[in-house]
Amino acid sequence: MNDTVLKINDLHAEYRTDEGTSSVINGINLSLEKGETLGLVGETGAGKTTTALSVMRLMPKKTGFITGGTIEFEEEGNLLEKSEAEMRAIRGHRISMIFQDPMTSLNPVIRVGDQIKESFKIHFPDLTGDEMDKKVDDMLEMVGIPASRKNEYPHQFSGGMKQRVVIAMALSCEPELLIADEPTTALDVTIQAQVLHMMRELKRNLGTSMILITHDLGIVSQNCEKVAVMYAGTILESGTAEEIFGQTQHHPYTTGLFGSIPDMNKPTDRLSPIDGLMPDPLNLPEGCVFNPRCPHCMDICRTEAPKNKILDGSHMICCHLFDDRNPNKEEAENE
Amino acid sequence: MNENIEYKARSQFVSVLYRLKKNRLAMLGLAVLLIMAAVALCAGFIADYDKDVIGQDTANRLQGPSAEHWFGTDQFGRDVFARIVYGARISLTMSIIAMLIAVAIGAIIGAIAGFYGGFRDNILMRIMDILLAIPPMLMSISIVAALGQSMVNLLIALSIAYIPVFARVIRSSILSIKDQEFIEAAKCCGSSDRHIIFKHIIPNAIGPIIVQATLAMGSTILIIASLSFMGLGVQPPESEWGTMLYEGRDYLRQAPYLVLFPGTAITLAVISLNLLGDGLRDALDPRLKN
Amino acid sequence: MIKYILQRLAMMIVVVLGISFIVYTIMNLTPGNPAQLILGQSAPPEQVAKLEEELGLNDPFFVRYFNYITDMVRGDFGESYQTGLPVFEEILSRFPTTLTLAAVAMFIAALVGVPIGVISAVRQYSFMDAASTVAALIFASIPNFVLGLILMLVFSLNLGWFPATFLNNPSSYVLPAVTLCTATMATLVRMTRSTMLEVLKQDYIRTARAKGAEEKSVVLHHSLRNALLPIITVIGVDFGYLLGGTVVIESVFAIPGLGSLLITSIRMKDTPVVMAAIMFVTLAYSLVNLIVDIVYAYIDPRIKSQYERA
Repeated sequence: MNDTVLKINDLHAEYRTDEGTSSVINGINLSLEKGETLGLVGETGAGKTTTALSVMRLMPKKTGFITGGTIEFEEEGNLLEKSEAEMRAIRGHRISMIFQDPMTSLNPVIRVGDQIKESFKIHFPDLTGDEMDKKVDDMLEMVGIPASRKNEYPHQFSGGMKQRVVIAMALSCEPELLIADEPTTALDVTIQAQVLHMMRELKRNLGTSMILITHDLGIVSQNCEKVAVMYAGTILESGTAEEIFGQTQHHPYTTGLFGSIPDMNKPTDRLSPIDGLMPDPLNLPEGCVFNPRCPHCMDICRTEAPKNKILDGSHMICCHLFDDRNPNKEEAENE
Repeated sequence: MNENIEYKARSQFVSVLYRLKKNRLAMLGLAVLLIMAAVALCAGFIADYDKDVIGQDTANRLQGPSAEHWFGTDQFGRDVFARIVYGARISLTMSIIAMLIAVAIGAIIGAIAGFYGGFRDNILMRIMDILLAIPPMLMSISIVAALGQSMVNLLIALSIAYIPVFARVIRSSILSIKDQEFIEAAKCCGSSDRHIIFKHIIPNAIGPIIVQATLAMGSTILIIASLSFMGLGVQPPESEWGTMLYEGRDYLRQAPYLVLFPGTAITLAVISLNLLGDGLRDALDPRLKN
Repeated sequence: MIKYILQRLAMMIVVVLGISFIVYTIMNLTPGNPAQLILGQSAPPEQVAKLEEELGLNDPFFVRYFNYITDMVRGDFGESYQTGLPVFEEILSRFPTTLTLAAVAMFIAALVGVPIGVISAVRQYSFMDAASTVAALIFASIPNFVLGLILMLVFSLNLGWFPATFLNNPSSYVLPAVTLCTATMATLVRMTRSTMLEVLKQDYIRTARAKGAEEKSVVLHHSLRNALLPIITVIGVDFGYLLGGTVVIESVFAIPGLGSLLITSIRMKDTPVVMAAIMFVTLAYSLVNLIVDIVYAYIDPRIKSQYERA
């Protein structure tokens, strides 16, 4: 279990618009082993989707730019150095992505079967038409849709069904890496559970690694081996699911995130949300990006960006509270 | 929060103007239109109507452009420049009046249809649909054909042709704002329907109307000129751009400028109106701009 | 699907009836006495009165309208005041020319306008995009007849490439069709461009790219089909403008089509011919829009199933 599928090193990305340049990813590091699921957690606007699009090299052409770092994928090496044609061969074949909203992810004027078949046409052009049709049927059956419905159009499917089609499409070429960007956010809660269950099964059967982007900590705890908490383009804390959900030492932001989830076992009057808003990416605060909202903010947090600190095992926290220089370190760790 | 609200209330108009000012093409269109309007207003100082515009001077017929006659003279020795200047008067006034009539009547029809809905809406809008199924050019031609060729009849024809366009625009903007809370609030305060229509709905619908009117004014100028060109609109010796082309086309080979100058005048007016209209639309709804 | 077509057809018949009523009403406002017109100013009053009776001019308005419509359905549009010949045959002999002209112009406009719009959208802000935007603006604003006269001056009077008089051969159609198509072409360029830009932003385009689809397939296969709906709407609407525009163009190039017949008849106050010509054009326009409605359903499966369910 120790083949690294994806390794992101010090990735930087920004959007350039008329209003200015917003740094959406500011030096993130991630790694993913074969068969693992990494949960990428954070609020809307934290840069999760941009991270995914960077891996796919699908940032919006005229506004999105990757400005530094490397993304290494299996034996392919740095994806950022690939030509567009090389990337096309990887996209949909070795790395697939499931987008947020199944309602709009399918082309409304093309039959769903043909939309799945397109992947085979692109990546396995040598297959005969019959073989492709057979594969399309298999994929649909695999995600629990009768193959007879392949001639229908997306509008004839419900939201959950559409997401199944999207998943079938993404898995059709048995990718090594699947990036799922909030795959269930747009779905009803009951459908969410079904889809997630199905994704777990499929992933196990195909041995696919997965990056699961979500803001739902519940989904992460049930599906992921590894977790990374993202905020304003930086990863504030990462580790195994046990480390993030079990340990007592956390980044104040992670603590805040958990504080906004109701706990069934504790009597509480109200939830404790994190005060304030995500900083404007056009104008990030100096020092630690979380400092304006942090309840433990110290002077150093306003001037100096904290370094990644490995606590134990793979548990990483990026916060001055856990820095060796912090005189109140012990206190923070025991909190 | 308070600042925010104030900003919003003021911003609608100011930010539209600001965005419009930033749009160089739209400002160019506006400038050209203003110059044309100024020239049309001052036509009396630029040339003498009786002498230069309709007065014939056969000794000086078909003279090419010169210092004395900037755009040359036509087959009756009339000064082309003076005729174009007076032509601007006719084209601009007629299209503005036609738009005003069409907007006024269209607004009433659209407001009734949109505000009351139901049966009245159905009947009125079906009639508008039928009117819209006749291309404006043909509509104008048939009205002029029936009523006879005159300027007033052309005006009536143009107004009728554009009433359904405005009725639709106004109806749809009313439908989109009718259920918003400030209208509900006004109703709760006991405002009369008429009061709501005039004080709340019309001011909110004015943006799309101005855009549509600007763009439609361009089409009206085209239709006026086309009808005059076919001898169905403004009649000679009156100087209208289309009429000038109608009279000048027989001299296409000897004196192409008789066609080119009035043709350029029409094109310039229409381009400017289109630029301004597009600019206004983008300024009113920046999301539409690509 | 048949139900959908029938529904549209029924709607079209209602619209055409409505148009005929409006046009008939307008034409009825024409000052002057048709009987007098036919017989000439010097005709004795008894003769005029007799003809009035024969023509049914003394019947109430609605009776006359009803008679007109029932005759029209049978292909009887009355007789020309000028020639005394059946209007229907005169129109039928001239209509093909006008329809060919409008159809050729539409064909050129779509064949050139849509690809230019697509390229402008794909290469947004490029030189090509800017150039086509400016050209579209100019061509949308030049009056047909001015452009027609200029083209005629340059290409037939000066260069002699095309005949200056209409000879009813293909080369006679070139200049009129090119002149006629420009405004529609300009609209199509603008419409295609803005729709394509909108479609290219959609999530399903990103999905297609994520599948590894080539740009060519993304543009042609995934985007263009979604952008076709508004494009076809423009084609339908503008066909009406083209038919209206032929009236002017026929006058410029002296083409013996429906338009020139219409203009002469208006000058002669030949109301039956005017009425029939306008009815023919609007009928053709309505038919084109019926076809557009049907094409919609084939392009967008959502519209089709909406009607199949209903």
